[in-house]
Parts: sequence; C-alpha cells; structure tokens
Amino acid sequence: MSNLLAWIDDRFPLTKVWREHLSEYYAPRNFNFWYFFGSLALLVLVIQIVSGIFLTMHYKPDASLNAAGVPVAFASVEYIMRDVPWGWLIRYIHSTGSSAFFIVVYLHMYRGLLYGSYRGPRELLWLIGVVIFVALMAEAFMGYLLPWGNMSYWGAQVIISLFDAIPWIGPALSEWIRGDFVVADATLNRFFAFHVIAVPLILVMLVFLHIVALHKVGSNNPDGIEIKKKKGPDGTPLDGIPFHPYYTVKDIVATVVFLILFAAVIFFSPELGGWFLEHDNFVQASALNTPTEIVPLWYFTPFYSILRANIYNFLWIDAKIWGVFFMFLSIAMFAFLPWLDKSPVMSIRYRGWMYKTALAIFVVSFIVLGYLGTKNPEQVDLILLPNVHWAGICTLTYFLFFFLMPIYTRLDKTRPVPERVTSK
Amino acid sequence: MKTIHALIIVPLFALSAAVQAAGGPGARLDPVKVDLNDQKSLLNGARIFINYCVSCHSASFMRYSRIGQDLGIPEEILKKQLLFAADRVGDPMMAVMPRADAKKWFGVAPPDLSLVARARGPNWLYTYLRSFYRDDKAPSGWNNLVFPNVAMPHVLYEWQGHQRAVYREEEHTHIDKDKDGKPVTKTSKLKVFDRFELERPGTLSTKEFDENMRDLVTFTVYLGEPAKLERYRIGVWVIGFLLLLLVFAYLLKREYWKDIH
Amino acid sequence: MSDEDMDIKRRTFLIGTTCLGLVGTGFVAVPFIKSMSPSDRAKAAGAPVEIDISKLRPGDIMVEEWRGSPVWVVRRTPSMLASLKEVESEVADPGSQKSKQPAYAANVYRSLKEEYLVVVGICTHLGCSPDKRLAAGAVSGLGDNWQGGFFCPCHGSKFDLAGRVYKNVPAPTNLVVPPYHYKDANSIIIGIDPSDKKGAAA
Repeated sequence: MSNLLAWIDDRFPLTKVWREHLSEYYAPRNFNFWYFFGSLALLVLVIQIVSGIFLTMHYKPDASLNAAGVPVAFASVEYIMRDVPWGWLIRYIHSTGSSAFFIVVYLHMYRGLLYGSYRGPRELLWLIGVVIFVALMAEAFMGYLLPWGNMSYWGAQVIISLFDAIPWIGPALSEWIRGDFVVADATLNRFFAFHVIAVPLILVMLVFLHIVALHKVGSNNPDGIEIKKKKGPDGTPLDGIPFHPYYTVKDIVATVVFLILFAAVIFFSPELGGWFLEHDNFVQASALNTPTEIVPLWYFTPFYSILRANIYNFLWIDAKIWGVFFMFLSIAMFAFLPWLDKSPVMSIRYRGWMYKTALAIFVVSFIVLGYLGTKNPEQVDLILLPNVHWAGICTLTYFLFFFLMPIYTRLDKTRPVPERVTSK
Repeated sequence: MKTIHALIIVPLFALSAAVQAAGGPGARLDPVKVDLNDQKSLLNGARIFINYCVSCHSASFMRYSRIGQDLGIPEEILKKQLLFAADRVGDPMMAVMPRADAKKWFGVAPPDLSLVARARGPNWLYTYLRSFYRDDKAPSGWNNLVFPNVAMPHVLYEWQGHQRAVYREEEHTHIDKDKDGKPVTKTSKLKVFDRFELERPGTLSTKEFDENMRDLVTFTVYLGEPAKLERYRIGVWVIGFLLLLLVFAYLLKREYWKDIH
Repeated sequence: MSDEDMDIKRRTFLIGTTCLGLVGTGFVAVPFIKSMSPSDRAKAAGAPVEIDISKLRPGDIMVEEWRGSPVWVVRRTPSMLASLKEVESEVADPGSQKSKQPAYAANVYRSLKEEYLVVVGICTHLGCSPDKRLAAGAVSGLGDNWQGGFFCPCHGSKFDLAGRVYKNVPAPTNLVVPPYHYKDANSIIIGIDPSDKKGAAA
C-alpha cells in the first residue's frame, strides 16, 4: 500500500494535495451554522451533474409533435416519469436539486454579507463567486426551457424578449439568441447544448477556481479575524484546526441533515405546492395559449420584480429598458461589495446598528421582491395599503443598501475586535 | 446576530399576516379528499375513465399494462373489461375518436388527460365535473361554472340529471380613483352565482354522483403521476435510513470534536 | 476517560458511519443503474408478434420484426429438409446441444413443425444479419456443394437450412430460435411458448 502511494507520489502530488487541502489545511475553529453551505453547494453540484447525465440518456430536445400531438421533448419528460425504471426519482432529484442549489447558494451569499467574507484579501474569491452565481442563473434559466411545458415556453419567450429593449441591436440580438422569430425548436436545441455541456463545464471550472482561491487566502470566520496572524511555535495558526478530520466529520452531519430535507421534498412533495414545479408546466408548450400569469420559479422572482418595478420613462429612455438595466445592475452590485464596504471591521458581531439595520432592510426587501415577483403587478398593489408601489420601494431600498454603503459603514460605530476568535 | 435576525423576521412576519388578511377573490372550489390507497375508489375511477373519457380524450402517456400492474388487475380481466380502445395491453391509452374528427365536431381537439390533475389540481377537477348546467345559448346545450363556454357537453348527465344555475344580485363597494386621482367609493351591482337547482334528477343521487366523481378524480390523480403510489412508500424508508445515518454521523462528529472543546 | 477508550469509540463510530454511508451509496446507485435497463416502452415494443404464414410458398422465406430483430420464417420443401441430413457431418453442433432454443425446437429440424423454420436472423458471432442463400448449388456463389442456407457477409459464417452453424467459421453456435407457437394453421405468434399461450413473454 505504501509502495503504491510512493509510486503515485513520484508521479502525481497526491499526498501533497491531501495535506495542503485537507489534513493540514487549517480552518478557523469557530465556524458556525452559516459555514455549512459552501460544502453543501458542492454536494448539490455533484447531485445535479449525476442526475443530469442520467436524464440526458432519455430526454429528447425536440419541439416537433409526435403521433398523439404532443411535443417530443414534453413527451420524453413524461416518458422518464413513467416508462423509464426509476426515472421519476431521477427527475425529481434534478428538479428539487435546482431549487436546493439556489437555497444553499443564497444562504452561502448571506453568510458573506454577515461576516464580511468579501473583504480583502478575499476580493477575488468573492468575484469568482459572483460569476458562479451568474452562471448558475443562466444554467437554471436554460434548463427550465427543456421540459417544454407552457411555462417553460413563455418564461423563455418573455426573458429573451428583454433583449429587444437594447437600443439598435436588440431585435436582431434576441432573434439570434432564439434562432427563430419566436422560441422554437432551434431555441430548445441550443439551450439543451448550453445546459448539459457548456455551462456545466464553466461552472465546474469556476468552482475549482473558487476553492483554489479560498485555500490561498484561507477561510474567514464569524469573528472576522485573520487566524494566520497568530501562529503557534509549530507555525500553524493558533485558532485553526485541520479541515480533515474536524470539518469533514462536521460537514457529514450537515450533509445528512440536508439529505433528509432533500429526500422529504423528493418523496413527499416534489412540486412543493407549485414552488419547485409549477402547475402550468404540466401543460405542453403552446405558442397560441399564454398562461394567465407568467411567473418564473421562486429563485428568479426578486430580480424579476426589479425588472418590472420601474414604471417611469426618464432621461429619454423607455421604462422597459431601465427595467432591464436595473435587473442586470442588481446582480452586478454584488461584485462591487469589496470596495463599497469601508468599515474597519468585517464581522457583523462588531459592527454598529447602522449596518445591521441596512442589512435587515436589504434582506426584507429581497424577500418581499421575491414574493411580489410571484404575483400579478395589479394584484399586489392592493395588498396592505392601496396604491403603494411596493416593488418600487423595495427596489430602491435594495440599491440603497449598496449605494449608501460607503457612507453608513464609515459612520457606523464599531466595537473592538478581540485578538483571538471566540467560540460559543 | 440575534438583532439582525429579529430585524428581518419581524417585518416579514407582519407582512405575511397582512397578505393573508387581504386574501383574494378566486373561483370557489369544492375540496375533494383523494385517497390513492383506496383500491376500490381507484378501480371505479378507472372504469368510469375508460368507459366515458377515453372515447374522446387520450391519456397518451399511460399504458394499460401499467394500470393493471398498479391497481392489481389480472391481465385477463384487463383485456376483457377495460381494453376497448387498444389491441395490446402495452399500448398507451389513445382516444377512440381520431383527433382530426374531434376537432371538426367540437371546434377543439379534446385535450390529453394524462396530466390534467397535475395542471388543474384535484379540487378544480372535482368541482368542474359537478358544475355542468343547462344553457340554451351554448352550442352543446351545456355550460360549466368553472370552465365557462367549455366545448365539452355534459357526458354524464344521465347520472347527474339536469342542473340549472341560480344567481343572486350583490352590491359591491370598492375604492377607485377619479379623474383627479382622488379616491372615491363606488358601488356596483354584480350577478353572483348562488347555487345549482336540480331540474330533472338523474339515475344517481347527488351523493352517489359526487362519490363517483371523487373516484374519477382519484384515478386522474393517479394518472397524473403513477409513481406517487411508490413514492410515499419508499420515502419513509429513505428518511428512516438517513436518520440512522445521522445518529452515527453525529456521534462521530462529537467524538472528534472532544479534541477541540 | 483514557485515550484508549476514546480510540475505541472513535473507531466504532467511524466504522459505523462508513459502513452505513457505503450501504446508502449502494442504495442510491440502484435506481441509476436500473434506469438504464429496458423501459416500459421498450418492453411494450417487445410484445409478441403475430405472423400470417398462409401466403408463404414452399421454398420461400419471410421476415418479420420482433424486439427490433429480424425473425425468419422459412417454409422448407422436402428436398430442403433432406439436405439437413447430408450436411450433418459438416455442422458444428448438429444436435443443438450448445445452442440457444426452446426445448421444443431442440430437434433435428430445430422447429415445432418440420416444414417451418423460425429463427432469429442474427449471426451468433457479432450480430450481423446473414444473407439468405436458400438455393443449393453454384447459384448461391458458395460453391457447387452448397446445400442451401445462410451466409454472413461480415465474417463469412455459414448456416444450414435449420440455422445450424458450419464447422470452422467464426460463429460459435446455431442461430437462435425464439419462443413461438402456432395460433392456428396459418399464423405463428412469436414471443410466446406453446405452454404459456395466455400470458405475455417475460
């Protein structure tokens, strides 16, 4: 056994990688609940890739109608659900996995906001993360077209039509994206190509880079203290513990808890009341019948709300174009965080009331925007007080969190940060 | 930490309460209790579906053999009693009537019913099946309360009998904006559905008819997702296994972390 | 607690978690592996096939598809049947002991009724479908001594009119006889044994 290991080590740095990234990678000892979601995101990525490979064996990206008058793509999903042995399980794993991915990633990002994980020296780590998030949204958006249900169809139609709003090149661009004048077979086929190979390849590479960057700078922690600054006589951080075995055994517990919740959804409520699988998507795509309400899946609704929130034309530009601009800007704002935050401390534990309030307003805005995105704009107006443009207000507070950050983080009264990490 | 989560949760909680209070007007649907473990109900539903629905509607994703397997119908009985519209037990449930003919007669091709319960929901189906009423203005002589101007005539009228819709007038007040943007209170009279009146009774009592429709809905729920039957059964074992694994994983973690604390 | 106690506990939980984890992984693998086996659609397509043989003339062959493979039905003339005896010394497995057929076809003619040969037209070597060279003699292009049979163009395997493979060719065994029975004098059902007429083939 040791001979084999020596043989491999002469040719490949196996032991070295194991030591540097697991058994002698020192992570802060005070990780809490919020630090589970990175490894869980990795787990979900693997789940999605494996279940996706098996779905590809049976799925057909073909919009033409079969003998029963059903689009082949839609029929092939039902074929998986009924005729393929265990196909239903694999499909539900994949559909639940997509929502689970966003839950885990949103919580992972929220962790960053809580403890200032985007701050120096972790700017590049954070930026790679933002790109992963964008790639994940693209992956989910294109994957959602594949079942070729009516919501798939009209969701894609509406979102691709956004590009129409771009001055000059818009209409030609959206036609080029679709490969047709409406969403059609060509669109389905290219979305399939992007969803099953192009974007997953990019995602896997980005995740690799994300981990490489993380292991270069080391993990942040709930206290926002650099553990590398305090080293013991043996040269290892005093507040660090080897990732393996301590965090591997801890992450296994988190993984099992996650899997229990995941299995509960898959086996007992895969539609989750229409939140994970929409009812209108059990109707085949039809270019002639629009669903009464076109609603994206929950993880897109905050950004969808921002898209629709602006109703004013200003600066000689159409409200619709502003909407598109705001939507893209709202995602891009995350990339600027490392330079917007001027606070002397990183963790929320030592920040003052201003940042805490700002973050709370931001999160509430985000969730309210998400809720409003699932509703008809007119319907929503009547909730609470009549004639209050809630989406507009929440969009404003969403952006103010970022734009005012340099000011309130400077003014905020922080508490002194201890020398060593605290453990509860 | 705690402050921030209080700051987030309190407004959200208040908001959700407000949303619930506001409610929303929607079609009133009669709730139906669907029990997929009720073999008798499923079988009766299957019989009604195959005798009355499959003549015009297909359920093209469903094979007769699968129904036989899942509902425990022996192949001989399946062939004799249920296989009218197909030659082989492995065939999908295709409509007897060709699509093109159906489109000519009804104006629309009758939709495939494989997934109707997943798209519409059982309560909608249950209400829909029981909400046909006489309407002389409709081409077929029938209309439906939850699906106005539906092309399908009331196929089961012999069972249910003839229903008439009875309406009442209601005054509604709502706040609207006038031309200057000032809110004004407006009143309007609305014709609101009140109840059905049975003009001519059918061969079944209302209770019997409702039970049969419940069975039919139960079958369409099964039809929408045949795997549902095993899904629950397997799920219990999977979660049980994971809980056992959790115990071991937790003990392992606790044992290792004794070094740290 | 001594270090030794701790070590024992640690080992127990480590082994327990690892074993359960492996078992769990095994459970998860099952649906994924099974999803690759024939689906209900493939099974339905593999359902029994009825062949009408009323129009098949003596000495002729007809081809039907069953489970995606060609099934040959040859109506053998008396002279064709006689040829089977002549080639007996040249075929590799004259008694069909090493070959695949239902028990009722494990005879000299490899069939239920000697007049009709029913075989799957797939070479037992690597799965090509052999050419039909039913006529005896030089017209077959296989030499004057050819007694009629089948010739696989892929690697030159030769079979006689009972689907028996010749010696010294790549194919190891005789052509496969599918399960079948006579519904009546004029029709054959492929896929169902005579003893199991009611049920479908597994």
